[in-house]
Amino acid sequence: MSSDIRFTDFKSDKQPTWCPGCGDFGTMNGMMKALAETGNDPDNTFVVAGIGCSGKIGTYMHSYALHGVHGRALPVGTGVKMARPDIEVMVAGGDGDGYSIGAGHFVHAVRRNVDMTYVVMDNRIYGLTKGQASPTSREDFETSTSPDGPKQPPVNPHALALASGATFIAQSFSSDALRHQEIIQEAIEHDGFGFVNVYSPCVTFNDVDTYDYFRDSLVDLKEADHDPTDREAAKDVILDNEKEHQGVIYKDESSVPYHEQHGVDEDMSVLPDGAPEGATDLVREFY
Amino acid sequence: MAADFNWAVGGEAGDGIDSTGKIFAQALSRAGRHVFTSKDFASRIRGGYTAYKVRTSVDKVQSVVDRLDVLIALTPRTIEENLDELHEGSVIIYDGERTTMQDVEIPEEMIGLDVPLKSLAEEAGGAIMRNVVALGAACEVAEFPIENLDSALEKRFKDKGQKLVDNNKEAARAGQSYVADEYDHEFDYSLETTDEDYVLLNGDEAIGMGAIAAGCRFYAGYPITPATDVMTYLTGRIERYGGHVVQAEDELSAINMALGAARGGARAMTATSGPGIDLMTETFGLIATSETPLVICNVMRSGPSTGMPTKQEQGDLNQMLYGGHGEVPRFVLAPTTISECFWKTVEAFNLAEKYQLPVYLTADLSMAVTEQTFSPETFDMDEVEIDRGKVVDETAIDDHMSESGGFQPHEITDDGVSPRAFPGTADGAHMSTGLEHDEQGRRTEDTEMRVEQVDKRNRKVETAREREDWSPREFGDEDADTLVITWGSNEGALAEAVEFLDEDGLDVRVLSVPYIFPRPDLAEDVAAAETTVVVECNEQGQFADLVEHDVLERVDRVNKYNGVRFKADELAAEIKSTLEAGVEA
Repeated sequence: MSSDIRFTDFKSDKQPTWCPGCGDFGTMNGMMKALAETGNDPDNTFVVAGIGCSGKIGTYMHSYALHGVHGRALPVGTGVKMARPDIEVMVAGGDGDGYSIGAGHFVHAVRRNVDMTYVVMDNRIYGLTKGQASPTSREDFETSTSPDGPKQPPVNPHALALASGATFIAQSFSSDALRHQEIIQEAIEHDGFGFVNVYSPCVTFNDVDTYDYFRDSLVDLKEADHDPTDREAAKDVILDNEKEHQGVIYKDESSVPYHEQHGVDEDMSVLPDGAPEGATDLVREFY
Repeated sequence: MAADFNWAVGGEAGDGIDSTGKIFAQALSRAGRHVFTSKDFASRIRGGYTAYKVRTSVDKVQSVVDRLDVLIALTPRTIEENLDELHEGSVIIYDGERTTMQDVEIPEEMIGLDVPLKSLAEEAGGAIMRNVVALGAACEVAEFPIENLDSALEKRFKDKGQKLVDNNKEAARAGQSYVADEYDHEFDYSLETTDEDYVLLNGDEAIGMGAIAAGCRFYAGYPITPATDVMTYLTGRIERYGGHVVQAEDELSAINMALGAARGGARAMTATSGPGIDLMTETFGLIATSETPLVICNVMRSGPSTGMPTKQEQGDLNQMLYGGHGEVPRFVLAPTTISECFWKTVEAFNLAEKYQLPVYLTADLSMAVTEQTFSPETFDMDEVEIDRGKVVDETAIDDHMSESGGFQPHEITDDGVSPRAFPGTADGAHMSTGLEHDEQGRRTEDTEMRVEQVDKRNRKVETAREREDWSPREFGDEDADTLVITWGSNEGALAEAVEFLDEDGLDVRVLSVPYIFPRPDLAEDVAAAETTVVVECNEQGQFADLVEHDVLERVDRVNKYNGVRFKADELAAEIKSTLEAGVEA
């Protein structure tokens, strides 16, 4: 398609039902802008979404898309990308989708390093089910299912990613529109699995991890003299529980994506009318 | 029918039983003899008892029997385990020098051949070849030309160098000569060879080959007995045809990867067994509701739970028919022979794409690990046809747009089948979802659209019922009073059982059913028979229940599925109109 794609082309005609002020608006806008800015159009883009408030994103965006089962968005994105290396794949989900029910898939998707982008809209709460603790909720965060707080440490998704061999780890904040878009764009352009955790505040059920909290506490790595290609430095940022960061935390510039490692580079949607050429060789093997 | 010959090698897991048996089966197949193999094995890597059995004849063999003519026993337990099958005059080949076999007792009515397998193998170049020495001994007993064994040994070891091939040939001859020299006995067997060409393969391999033939380009799976062979077959082969295999982290992931690839436009498949189907059921409704073509292969084993993972059972029929919450259209195919594993796989891919729904392709352990000979023409690749159904490209897509200009992948059509656009198709961008949706794939809870979409999805099944051939395979005496119905892998045993019954003067008509859903209407056949017997490898008679269901009296039905519960006045009116319609009819 032509190069005059605007980010609004990625908008569907469905009006979001997110609460007014929800962080997911900003998260989605940044994704659409980054997709348009990197030369993609809705017909060559595939968005995979999970379940939860974040999962609705596929409905509000316009592209080829699948709104899947809770927690399994990454495997779906993996399948799309392997079958269609020519298609831009973006997977989006929430902290519950990615780090609770889908935590197992997260680790393995990171290991595989499939060339796609994973955006986690992290609000540290289960919103759609009306306010229960999420895997990233604070230890003392009081909710309907944890009246005294979950009393267990939150999952550190960046640490999980680094330990699993991630080649791109980033953190953005939905309200910092320019930086958020810039970071998503860098994840799209990364050759491999581009993982971005986005602080995307829930204005209804989380009165702790608010816009004000993040605005006041975020340290931008871009201004902090951080070298994202330095794995040790990345580790220090990730394990620093005292500060909240935004920016690209780690980037392996020698990343070799899955399709290059495994030679998976064909558009698998194209088929002949009969058995593939040379199929009779398969029968001969059984002599 | 020509006399058959039944042979086995048994020992502990880790004794090389599988490869030894396979070499002998291959030798027989290459000699133009029909072969049917079976395995006794346990869920362990070493130890226990494991055996590889071969039944062979110059005529077609399609079942195992309870008889063993020659047994290579590497452990005393191998003899104990097979006492029921051994008979007067059966030959047991063993190595009396092996510590565990020194005091072994050979039943009086049988012939024990004590062959120093290990010592002879060492002389030929290495103790590891002791099983090949035993194969040579078996050739002598069975009067089977050893050149055929040479051919199988070449196939097995040629990649490891000529020296190894030659050593193995020498080891086989050492075993042959030892028996010839040491035992002055006339054995009853003489295995003829023929000029026929055969290929030898098992059900899992046939499914894998069928998948590649059908254009499957993407396979994701998680290892599980007895479905793993599908994955190992495809690995290293599917790549030659532009495909790829991924070992997923679990079955949840495997089926979702396959779903993703299918949404991308690839023909995609996963294979597993019951415990994996349990997990995959989570995604099943999504596949059906998003109208995604996908082939899910279930190689059944004995359940429930971990059950008896290396044993035979056809216990997952209800799971495949009814698994998953909500009402989900699906097809269930159950190939009845190993060659049909190939052809039904091809058919499964075509059905999945023509009707845009998940297709269960089910085999079972006995078929998966059993090898059988076929003429190579059985798998004529020129006969494979690929029908992708209603796929639309850039030019055709304009005919399927909504008034607002959006592509309609769930368009309401007369036959229930909607157009399908692969990613990359201009103006085809659309949403696929497990939520109820409108024609464009956008979420809806509109009561009318809900009903229209449910009806549309079910209409695909009705369309398929009319358009496709769902007939069973029939054999036996078509006029017999007794009807025997079976499904899946029992066909071979039943075909031979019919011959036994015939010898006893009992005629039966057999219907072997490869389609579970949709399935042939057997009501008339059942009505025409005096007695109907349904044969299946499970306790509850799950297919028998279906047959009974199909011949029961129909009842009138009042159904509602638009998302709103029954209301009293509405319900009264519905019942009244149903009764009136019944009276008119």
